[in-house]
Amino acid sequence: MLPSNLWREIPQRYRLEAVFCPKCSTTYFPPRELCTECGSRELEKKKLPTKGKLVTYTVIHTPPKGFELYTPYIVGLVRLEDGTHITAQITDADPNKLDLDVDVEAVIRKVKENGREGPIYYGYKFRPILNANGAPERKC
Amino acid sequence: MLFLENRAASSGRKILMMIPKSRVGIEGWGCYIPQYRIKTENIASVWDAPTDRFKEDLMIQEKAVAGPDEDTITLSTEAAINAIKRAGINPSEIGAVLCGSESHPYAVKPTGCTVAEVIGATPYTLAADLEFACKAGTEAVQMCIALVASGMIKYGLAIGADVAQSAPGDDLEYAAASGAAALIIGPLNSSSAASIEATVSYVTDTPDFWRRAEQPYPKHGGPFTGLSYFHHVTSAAEHLMSELGLKPSDFDYVIFHQPNGKFPLRAASQLGFTKEQVSKGLLVPYIGNTYSASSLLGLTAVLDEATPGQQILLVSYGSGAGSDAMYIIVQDGVDEKRDAAPKVWDYIKRKQYIDYACYAKWRRMIIGLETK
Amino acid sequence: MRKVAVIGVGMVKVDHHWKESLRSLFTKAAINALEDAGNPDVEALYVGNMSAGQFNKQENLAPMLADALGLGSKPSLRVEEGCSSGAAALYMALKDVASGMHDFVLVGGVEKMMDTTTSDATFIISTVTDQEYEAFTGLSLAGINAMVMRLYMKKFGVKRESFAKFVVQMHENASKNPYAQFPFKISLDKALNSAPVAEPIHLMDCAPIGDGAAALIICPAEKAKEFTSDQVDIVGAWKANDTFLFHMRKDFLSLKATIEASRNAYDMANITPEDVDVAEVHDSFSIAGILAIEDLGFVRKGEGWMAVEEGLISLDGEIPINPSGGLKARGHPIGATGIYQAAEIVLQLRGDAGKRQVPDARIGLSHNTSGFGTSAIVHVFKAK
Repeated sequence: MLPSNLWREIPQRYRLEAVFCPKCSTTYFPPRELCTECGSRELEKKKLPTKGKLVTYTVIHTPPKGFELYTPYIVGLVRLEDGTHITAQITDADPNKLDLDVDVEAVIRKVKENGREGPIYYGYKFRPILNANGAPERKC
Repeated sequence: MLFLENRAASSGRKILMMIPKSRVGIEGWGCYIPQYRIKTENIASVWDAPTDRFKEDLMIQEKAVAGPDEDTITLSTEAAINAIKRAGINPSEIGAVLCGSESHPYAVKPTGCTVAEVIGATPYTLAADLEFACKAGTEAVQMCIALVASGMIKYGLAIGADVAQSAPGDDLEYAAASGAAALIIGPLNSSSAASIEATVSYVTDTPDFWRRAEQPYPKHGGPFTGLSYFHHVTSAAEHLMSELGLKPSDFDYVIFHQPNGKFPLRAASQLGFTKEQVSKGLLVPYIGNTYSASSLLGLTAVLDEATPGQQILLVSYGSGAGSDAMYIIVQDGVDEKRDAAPKVWDYIKRKQYIDYACYAKWRRMIIGLETK
Repeated sequence: MRKVAVIGVGMVKVDHHWKESLRSLFTKAAINALEDAGNPDVEALYVGNMSAGQFNKQENLAPMLADALGLGSKPSLRVEEGCSSGAAALYMALKDVASGMHDFVLVGGVEKMMDTTTSDATFIISTVTDQEYEAFTGLSLAGINAMVMRLYMKKFGVKRESFAKFVVQMHENASKNPYAQFPFKISLDKALNSAPVAEPIHLMDCAPIGDGAAALIICPAEKAKEFTSDQVDIVGAWKANDTFLFHMRKDFLSLKATIEASRNAYDMANITPEDVDVAEVHDSFSIAGILAIEDLGFVRKGEGWMAVEEGLISLDGEIPINPSGGLKARGHPIGATGIYQAAEIVLQLRGDAGKRQVPDARIGLSHNTSGFGTSAIVHVFKAK
């Protein structure tokens, strides 16, 4: 595939740009062309908040192609401060010590690479809010 | 505060110290250190090497390792975002994004483009990648100073970041680490955190440490590399101090590039600085040598604590070779900005240990991972 | 709209069919169905297949398979609806016959998955999710189900053992099914202790990858008796959708698509969930099976796992679920699954299900979903 589909999603992947329907106060991420709640076609740009809470998560051991180097990795559902939900990897977290409802914040990380020659896909992930922790030894 | 005149310029001599025509300030500083650490003894046990040489002699306890989803670009974005938080500016006012590193993820396609896009400085911005081994970060600072002082841009973002490479089993492996530091440079004003008054670059062609294009790991000259470090660092520092008419005791802090813990202490002693002046900025025992971020991270550690009026001498070193020395004065704005973003010790204290197998996998040192 | 009946059923055992191609699998299942129906003249063909384009680099299946069956110039259509492609093909074929456009229609599903690696297959399956906002994060379909399973376990205080018991029941049923991919029982220990796939989902919680094909012959109900004495009528059919993106759902623990599709299908059939004697539900993962039991209205939300614990879902229980072994043990050659489900219900309602017969089965349903409930199709069947 051409890298055009990676480039097209940059405002969402790098800056969490969403749209908002002022008529019925619904936020759409990713953005869409019309409000599917009230039908309005006048949607405005909005940036999502970068902090939220972890609603649920899974630890992936059998990855789809392209993610083999990263396993095991965590993917979670986050509820941001404005109530919008988002699916993203949870990084810098120990899968054995991750509680539901923990506070998380958005960071930019490598999501995957297209081999050693192809482009690198960067995007949002979430990590438990930065604080010092004495963590145990970790396996890969 | 004093406004330095370039004495060399007025006497007709060649300009050897760079002073901006209008004063510039550090509006914000930020850093990022990945959470993973590998201990010196973990590396040493794999290669059957004695640990005391690295731990006691070179004073490296452990080093910071970038996670599998981190690279120079991601490290840079977090440091930049932290610097912007402290600067309290609208990122669209940033006119230059200059990224210094020896581990840019692409040989062609600038780190600066992605960083500029993430922070929202695009599209009307200058973006460029710099390479000068470990001093590419301070070069980015020098160029931002020039762009700001000339009035060409309002704010410049200068970053030094690396996910440093080292050949397996090489001495460098104990130190080569990952980290990033960023400064927002702008016109000096009452809320600036610090001013950068003057800078000297001392550069020669010295093959002390290099990496050929398309080779994965650098090569070095062992003790010759050390010789080069001391020559360039002391030359740049001595020259700056003499041009300024300042002596070591005039400074509250001196920060050197930190390939290990021993070299900065010896350089300090050679130049006439005390151990106390070096210690705040000395982070290498805890995180290793973060290459292009090294001296700038030392600066962020100092700014995290310094008080207005204190004087800083920053001396970077990049193999190839060169040293950038900078005279920095802490300003009134530093206290207010400090808590707007995580401090360097917030990142240093956050750690998870990994073993060598994990390290080798993540650093792609295992054959067969090329296809992944 | 005319009433429609099923007069023929044909299946191929789900397996790793190294010697069979997509074409040969489909043809064999179709021949079985034709023979079972007494060889009527087929007027149209509907094919359910999810992803021959990705698994086999083969598109344009409709004319390819019509040709393989010797249908000449008769019309054929391929229907794609993710994991519910089979049921979707049946849904379209049903409309064709009910509308009066054609009388005797062959509808089949086929998927040939085994020419790819596991990681390729995992990726291909993830293409039913949102490419840029779900698959992009490395979230496989198992991953979405796993996130829901964790939330379900926390909210209702359920342990993994209950899910493992569902899996044990699936294998128990499959051990009596000659068409099943895994026709053997497994112990609770084995069901519980397999490699993690996407925690808390483990290997034994997942439907396998395999090759298979199944086919039905349908016709107007009043013409069925010319061919068979044990026709099974399709008395309800409905397809419903939910939000495409998982994170846009209003309720993460319910499949609105299943609820709507089933209630509407029940209304069409003039029944309530209590009237259903046997059901083939979409247990792509054990959590999906448990949620299906709830969302189809057999038990209340949060009690699906109790139905398993109390043995209500066994062949002689109150709500027999997946007598074929379900997606877990019968197998899940994706585009064919919806037809395997329908075929099993037809056999059950004819009284032809051998050792896995549910006693006195008169009304049955099949439930096939795509992605994690992005859509659901429910068909209700009734014995004549």
